[in-house]
Amino acid sequence: MVRMFRPMIGVTLLLWVLLGLLFPLVMTGVSNLVMPYQAQGSPVYVNGVLVGAAHVGQNFQPSPDYFWGRPSATLSVSTGKAKPYNAFASAPSNNGPTSSALISDIKQRIAYLLKTTPGLTTGQIPVSLVESSGSGLDPDISVQSALIQIPRVAKYTHLSESFLTGLVKNNTLGPSMGLFGRTRINVLELNLALYKALHS
Amino acid sequence: MSLSTVLTWIVVLAVFLITIKPIGQYMAKVFTYQPTFLDRPFGWLENGIFRVIGVSRESDMTAKQYGIAFVGTNLVWVLLAYFLLRIQNILPFNPQHMSGLNPLLAFNTAASFTTNTNWQAYSGENTMSYFSQFGVLSYLQFVTPAAGGAVGIAVVRALSGRKLGNFFVDLTLVCTRLLLPLAIVVTLILVGQGVPETLGAYFQAHTLGGQTQLIPRGPIASWEAIEHLGQNGGGFTNANSANPLENPSAFSNIIETISMGLLPIGFFYFFGVMTGRRKLAWTLTAVAGSLFMIMLALAYFPEVAGNPIVNSLGLATHGNMVGKELRFGMGGTSIFETATMAFTTGSVASAHDSFLPLSSLSFFIGMFLNMVFGGKGVGFLNMIMFVIITIFLMGLMVGRTPEFLGKKIETKEVTLASIAFLIHPLLILVGTAIAIHSPAGLKGVYNGGPQGLGEILYGFTSAAANNGSAFGGLGAALPFYEIALGIVVIIGRYASVMAMLLLGQSLLKKKTVPETSGTMHTDTPLFAGILFGAIIILNALTFFPIMALGPLAEQYLMLAHHLF
Amino acid sequence: MSREMVTHALFESVLKLDPRVMIKNPVMFVVEIGFLITLILTVDPNAFGGHYPAGQRAYNLIVTIILLITVIFGNFAEAIAEGRGKAQAESLRRTKSDLMAFKWVNGDEYENVPASTLRKGDRIRVRAGEMIPADGEVLEGLGSVDESAITGESAPVIRGSGGDFNSVTGGTKLLSDTLMIRVTVDPGESFLDQMIGLVEGASRQKTPNELALSVLLAGLTLIFIIVVVTIEPMARYAGRSVDVATLIALLVCLIPTTIGALLSAIGIAGMDRVIRFNVIAKSGKAVEAAGDVNTLILDKTGTITIGNRLASAFVPVSGGTEAELMEIAVLSSLFDETPEGRSVVTLAHERNLTMDRERYADAENVEFSADTRMSGITLSDGTRIRKGAVDAMKKYVLEQGGVIPEDLDARTEEIAKEGGTPLAVLRGNVIYGLIYLKDIVKPGMRERFMELRRMGIKTVMCTGDNPLTAATIAKEAGVDEFIAEAKPEDKMRLIRREQEQGKLVAMSGDGTNDAPALAQADVGLAMNTGTSAAKEAGNMVDLDSDPTKLIEVVSIGKQLLITRGAITTFSIANDVAKYFAIIPAMFVYVVPSLQALNIMHLTTPHSAILSALIFNALIIPFLIPLAMRGVKYKPMNATQMLMRNLFVYGLGGVIVPFLGIKVIDLIITALGGANI
Repeated sequence: MVRMFRPMIGVTLLLWVLLGLLFPLVMTGVSNLVMPYQAQGSPVYVNGVLVGAAHVGQNFQPSPDYFWGRPSATLSVSTGKAKPYNAFASAPSNNGPTSSALISDIKQRIAYLLKTTPGLTTGQIPVSLVESSGSGLDPDISVQSALIQIPRVAKYTHLSESFLTGLVKNNTLGPSMGLFGRTRINVLELNLALYKALHS
Repeated sequence: MSLSTVLTWIVVLAVFLITIKPIGQYMAKVFTYQPTFLDRPFGWLENGIFRVIGVSRESDMTAKQYGIAFVGTNLVWVLLAYFLLRIQNILPFNPQHMSGLNPLLAFNTAASFTTNTNWQAYSGENTMSYFSQFGVLSYLQFVTPAAGGAVGIAVVRALSGRKLGNFFVDLTLVCTRLLLPLAIVVTLILVGQGVPETLGAYFQAHTLGGQTQLIPRGPIASWEAIEHLGQNGGGFTNANSANPLENPSAFSNIIETISMGLLPIGFFYFFGVMTGRRKLAWTLTAVAGSLFMIMLALAYFPEVAGNPIVNSLGLATHGNMVGKELRFGMGGTSIFETATMAFTTGSVASAHDSFLPLSSLSFFIGMFLNMVFGGKGVGFLNMIMFVIITIFLMGLMVGRTPEFLGKKIETKEVTLASIAFLIHPLLILVGTAIAIHSPAGLKGVYNGGPQGLGEILYGFTSAAANNGSAFGGLGAALPFYEIALGIVVIIGRYASVMAMLLLGQSLLKKKTVPETSGTMHTDTPLFAGILFGAIIILNALTFFPIMALGPLAEQYLMLAHHLF
Repeated sequence: MSREMVTHALFESVLKLDPRVMIKNPVMFVVEIGFLITLILTVDPNAFGGHYPAGQRAYNLIVTIILLITVIFGNFAEAIAEGRGKAQAESLRRTKSDLMAFKWVNGDEYENVPASTLRKGDRIRVRAGEMIPADGEVLEGLGSVDESAITGESAPVIRGSGGDFNSVTGGTKLLSDTLMIRVTVDPGESFLDQMIGLVEGASRQKTPNELALSVLLAGLTLIFIIVVVTIEPMARYAGRSVDVATLIALLVCLIPTTIGALLSAIGIAGMDRVIRFNVIAKSGKAVEAAGDVNTLILDKTGTITIGNRLASAFVPVSGGTEAELMEIAVLSSLFDETPEGRSVVTLAHERNLTMDRERYADAENVEFSADTRMSGITLSDGTRIRKGAVDAMKKYVLEQGGVIPEDLDARTEEIAKEGGTPLAVLRGNVIYGLIYLKDIVKPGMRERFMELRRMGIKTVMCTGDNPLTAATIAKEAGVDEFIAEAKPEDKMRLIRREQEQGKLVAMSGDGTNDAPALAQADVGLAMNTGTSAAKEAGNMVDLDSDPTKLIEVVSIGKQLLITRGAITTFSIANDVAKYFAIIPAMFVYVVPSLQALNIMHLTTPHSAILSALIFNALIIPFLIPLAMRGVKYKPMNATQMLMRNLFVYGLGGVIVPFLGIKVIDLIITALGGANI
């Protein structure tokens, strides 16, 4: 046992230098050299102001003139109260399948959507738009989720529905590598396009 | 099934199928010290390490020495990690000024990462400094799976009639020859997909909606790579691989899924090459593979059908999207979750607590069995344990005392296999019973009804299986769970591994009985069927009551639209 | 199975309830503990808390009774198995008691002493009609002995000094002549004593495989204890606790009681089967090892062949006719009483040539001698008719001035090549031809070796013959290997070689020079007619002295292991149905929708639990005959065997309890017991 102290501690320290220090630092260096944009977290700037990260969803819900993302169940770290799209504390709702909170939340969201969107019926709402995501930071919504929001966005932005439909179509992302996952819309991207349309 | 699901599954499964042979053969070369193409970049490094610590490839250990080296080194890691986590506030690479961890959380985290469980009672993005993330936790995510793999390798050596080898040599070689090279490749692919790899501080974004958003960054890609290649599963952030920072696309999701399975599956073939019984390796792979497919189906179809209570609301689409990310699709999510439960990784790309009961059953099956490939090496040992019990129970029916690999299975082997078999349900059921019996344990429950029981059960099962995922509703940051689960991960890790190590040595010492037509052959479809049946029945008998009270009860209540 | 034995076994099974005895069988011990707990709950249903309705007491009582019956059934299985041995031991003991011996003092003086005072080395005299009082070696004399008391074989056997037939066993009866015997054992160690001990099972220890299985069963029991104990808090979490009697019922149903109850009975019955086969196994371990044997070493003579060479053809030379040759050959054998001689006459008879002995009554019979190596008759006219070894005959013919037929050597060689033994036949100085003597393989041996091969067992034939002859016989008999011109050391070397490859070797033998090999072999079957050294060295003794029994012993060993495996598999497979009976019943108040799992549609929760428990108890006596008789065993390869047994005992084990429990539930319901 005592004779093993040297290899135990030695292997711990040497591998620490290799795997705990060299590996991440070298990878960081290489990544920033080769793919600096991605390595830095895919920041998105508008007029020199950092408005978000391309892959991280944001809370657009307070603004009816933007497209909204999926419900987010993240909380504030300090207060423990709901704080949607809190990237500092990614989290799901953890509501189980027979949770009454789950069902009442969904019903509330449906009601809110119906209230805020002219002409919308429950039968048009995709389930993903009323069920909260796994990270609370889901950047995407389905195409249908974007299309049903057009009447509301049109109402508040005074842009025509057909223009918005075109916008949605132009910002539809195909499956990853053209093969995997689903067709979707990055909400930040769509709203950026919307922003540009409004501010150009 | 959508085209995207089919494609995703086919690609992942095809990669597993294609790589099993080359990885197994490559591993056999590495661990019999034959030359490989990586000698040039890493050979000098390894030789240097061996010289400094005073071991050589020839210094073979006994099972006891190997076990002591394994446990002793793990102890060094726990102490080191505990110490560094406690004082992370005064260490460098702490741009967000995170404070040092409290003693209980530091213990729980050190124990859980050292045992390769990676259960997290904290949220990474708001608790850990960059140094703790890469200098402590990411480091442990290299060496602890390597240590588990080393034990598996030692047992395979014993089963193949070789001496056990040296723990420190195996540990180093798993790191340099398997994990590190793969990690470099995977890191770069993930960065390409948009996973950050930086030491820069978190972003403060001013959103279009006029709010501010603090966006965490860090050396996440290198973390993700080893998290999955080592079947670790500790997330850089709380939401783990559901977080777009860790897993930004359906393709990165596939890469992470594949990373989890490469080595555990290859390990099966490694055994085949080492023992010269490739057919047996395929047989065992087929058994584990069928279980994997059953788990996959269970994790997919109920989710696509959706929650009947929600379906009754009359929305446009069905399908349970609670806790799921849109970009992966149902197919990508289900295969990631199946992989993470099968290979005992424990990372998640969605919230397990929000899965429907039958899908939860799939997760429980993965952790109960703990050998649907499992963590590399360790999962294989569990498979061998079931093989030995099965052979012993059924093998008598051919009229010979049971034998495996030409070695007679006698009292000692049966005792050790029984111990290894017994520990798992013991930890899970007794742990859950204690938690459910005590107010401190009940305090952590989030969901009502059977799902609440499931949360506690999932916690202890995950700890015992060294999986690390959770029914996230459980308040694991309570002292009760930090201590109880900390103890369970330790026993779950070492007790069964030691038993299997001794079992390997005991078989090694035995004379080999030649195979005849009177021997029960273990490399046939018949045996695969028997093994499959025995595994299902033995585990069903053990866990059926608790499954009846948990997921099955939840399923029936859900069908009855019962809410809690 | 007599009524008396059953009564006695029932009595024994109650005695075995003593916890100090029960604890040796952990599985059944758990049932007994369960019984005690439910007994307390019958006296006071609220003993462990709770407020149970009045009906609970009756339910607890029924559970208690079924548990007691379960334990008793288990004990009964063991007792009945032991009982058979005991009955046999009893009759042996009767043989032994009250024997007297004439112990030699000096000169002609003998002292009449009780047999129990005889020590190793004492000399005793036994006269016709007396019982042989102790095991020993015959020093002087030759006599016939009735060994039926031990072997059950009524035909007397010859015992005499010198050679391999000098050992006598105490308790047998000398029928003729007088024998001087040296006692070879001390009191209590005699063969008879050993046999009594063995059949009684007094010295029975768990065999290695039985021990390993016990460990696994104990492990499974422990797991199920954990499962059942932890159900209570979980059910309470879900809203309602489960009563203790039901939990115990579930536990008893889950733990492998079937195999737990029958395990030792299977072992005892296996030994017993060997004994009833007239083979004494000195330990259960030897019987188990027999099942594992990879290599069987068999002597050619007496085991594979019938022991004597017999005439199988007449081969004329130099243009002679077969009829002529046959006539001379028969003449030469007319008064020859050896098996070879008889076989010549028989063969000729089969070919329609019969000669009258009376006609040649005046001929002179010439017996075989090692010197001349020929035999025959000299007719009254002086014509010499002889048969004998070919080279001896050639020499003789040349001496008599005859000529050697030119094709004689060729014919001779042909016969030798085929493994036969040629005998030349001559009249006067003319060789007429050859008698083809052949080793005859015992009927059915070829098929048995084929069976053995299918079971993965290699057979090796040992013979003193030359390689050519040995090869022919080996081919004819279908053995896998042979050793020609074998000396005892060769056998030893062969055993060692096989064992080094990890194989288990079985052999039979009788001579003193077989003793080391018998001791070295994993299964050494000594012949009862053999020397005491051989019997001492082997771990089994065949009372009938039939070396082919080795094959049966292997089968019995396999059958023992298969029975153990089959009942274990059956026992564990049973649990599936029991779960479907008990779980929905147990949790019906907790999660009523779990009734969906009640796929057997059992009437009430109580009837479901009691049905499963009753089935669990009844299956034990139901399987006792199987445990005693052993699973039907047919030689086949491992895969076929596994398929068959898995189908019967695995699949059967899943299905039977579904039917059984349903039927019992219907009966309980019909009797109005469902709402207890």
